[in-house]
Amino acid sequence: MRYLPLQEADRAVMLQAIGVDGIDDLFVDVPAGKLLDEPPALPLGKTEMEVERELGRLASQNVAAGSVPFFVGCGAYKHHIPASVDHLIQRSEFLTSYTPYQPEISQGTLQYLFEFQTQVARLMGMDLANASMYDGSTAAGEAVLMAHRITKRSKAIVSGGLHPQYRDVIETLSKHSGKVMDALHADPLGQEDLVSRIDDETSCVIVQYPDVYGRIQDLAPIAEAAHARGALLVVAVTEIVSLGLIKSPGEMGADIVVGEGQSIGNGLSFGGPYVGLFATRQKFTRQMPGRLCGETVDAEGKRGYVLTLSTREQHIRREKATSNICTNSGLCALAFTIHLSLLGQTGLKKLAEVNHGNAVVLADKLAAIAGVEVVTQAFFNEFTIRVNGDAGTIIDALTERGVLGGVAMSRLEPHDPSIRDLIIVASTEVNTDADRAVFVAALEDIVR
Amino acid sequence: MADEYFTEDHEYIRVEAGVGTVGVSVHAQEQLGDVVYVEVPEVGRQATAGEAVAVVESVKAASEIFAPVAGEIVEVNTELDGSPALVNEDAEGKGWFFKLRVGDAAALEKLMNREAYTAFIAENG
Repeated sequence: MRYLPLQEADRAVMLQAIGVDGIDDLFVDVPAGKLLDEPPALPLGKTEMEVERELGRLASQNVAAGSVPFFVGCGAYKHHIPASVDHLIQRSEFLTSYTPYQPEISQGTLQYLFEFQTQVARLMGMDLANASMYDGSTAAGEAVLMAHRITKRSKAIVSGGLHPQYRDVIETLSKHSGKVMDALHADPLGQEDLVSRIDDETSCVIVQYPDVYGRIQDLAPIAEAAHARGALLVVAVTEIVSLGLIKSPGEMGADIVVGEGQSIGNGLSFGGPYVGLFATRQKFTRQMPGRLCGETVDAEGKRGYVLTLSTREQHIRREKATSNICTNSGLCALAFTIHLSLLGQTGLKKLAEVNHGNAVVLADKLAAIAGVEVVTQAFFNEFTIRVNGDAGTIIDALTERGVLGGVAMSRLEPHDPSIRDLIIVASTEVNTDADRAVFVAALEDIVR
Repeated sequence: MADEYFTEDHEYIRVEAGVGTVGVSVHAQEQLGDVVYVEVPEVGRQATAGEAVAVVESVKAASEIFAPVAGEIVEVNTELDGSPALVNEDAEGKGWFFKLRVGDAAALEKLMNREAYTAFIAENG
């Protein structure tokens, strides 16, 4: 039986309360012609086989990531995921388990969350991490709100090296609560001056590391400048594999580090579900959003795990909670934990080295093409090239030649003409010499 | 001898020379259970009567602490940061939360004295 609690009378009361006459009035902001005025033209009945055939035909129009040489990154990365990860997360004890409110029946789930937190905190060089967020961008938005709470200030300075979609999510989460965002322009060359913008109203500076253009920079001067004015440094990491090789944000003085965990254990999956990472300093624990799992001992003195510090959360603190996040990316966090456990410290470092090595080889080959310039000096597995034409057009031409050759920056910043000739190129362990050869030949052919 | 008052939200305020020491009553800490964290206000903050200025967290719940009367926060109990259990051990002594320079002395008379508060608890549980 369906449970439909609302009656016509209830709807009328709610519509009256917000001052509209009918349901249709809720959609007046949708541009004319964008609303369907009749049902879509679908056949009334088809057999399963007919539907499968038709959907297969439609799907074959996609260029799938695994079917061509693939160099797209910019926040989502194609890495090899061992088959064992998928096998293990599909065990029913993990796959169907719900939020572990009852520790007496949830030790397995709680333990992997504890392990996850430990891994994230160590990677980021921080004291502790929570049991995950929805994804990297929402974690970044939550980090800015947390910085506002800690400093009791309301201005965030956003680096032009932060992924534009992360910036947009921060803005969406901030703008309706009277917070100020000082967002800098796109900064492909790393020339921006964040430090001079920090003032006594600034709650935090948020930067990406490596930044959206792939650039690695020393964050310590920014951390020092922020701390000198009582502000915090928030760092977003979109390619978490990088931390297997480069200095962690925590070592450089970051106060809150967020990240996208997709690269480890999770496939591209058309953009989600992914898993947000969130780590901070011990002294800020109380202001952290999200679930936190802790280790303790039971009545018999045996080690056990429980959700802890729950009074920060909305099921207890209601509207005064640190966040309205609740059940989120547990299974993706599990995939992260299993994959990282399989890699181990040595394996992660090796994986990171292979990534960096592949990217360096590719950058050298691309730089040798007349009409192509590699603009990123220090990078991990992603870098930016300048091409002698419109980057979006060149990406389309590459796609027609069967290469997914990166992300045209204009796709992320459509209103900024200064970046129309930039392509962000990623290269991971999945790329082979043959992939690179196809890419380089195709690009050479196009820009010639 | 300090003047002692109680609110219906189970805060006490003990006033000496125009400065009131505020915390939660012995009865309140019993209801809260083990206190694990107290968030105290900033010194210098001007609080209006009934404004939420502190938070007390126990293993069971998080509750707000309201300013019993208007005034300026002049001191906070920094001991609570490392020893929140002081609230359980000595709620009306070492477990105080903050001191407030009373801005509106007349408002104190609207609060309950100990006798009235004891009767209030007996009635309301």
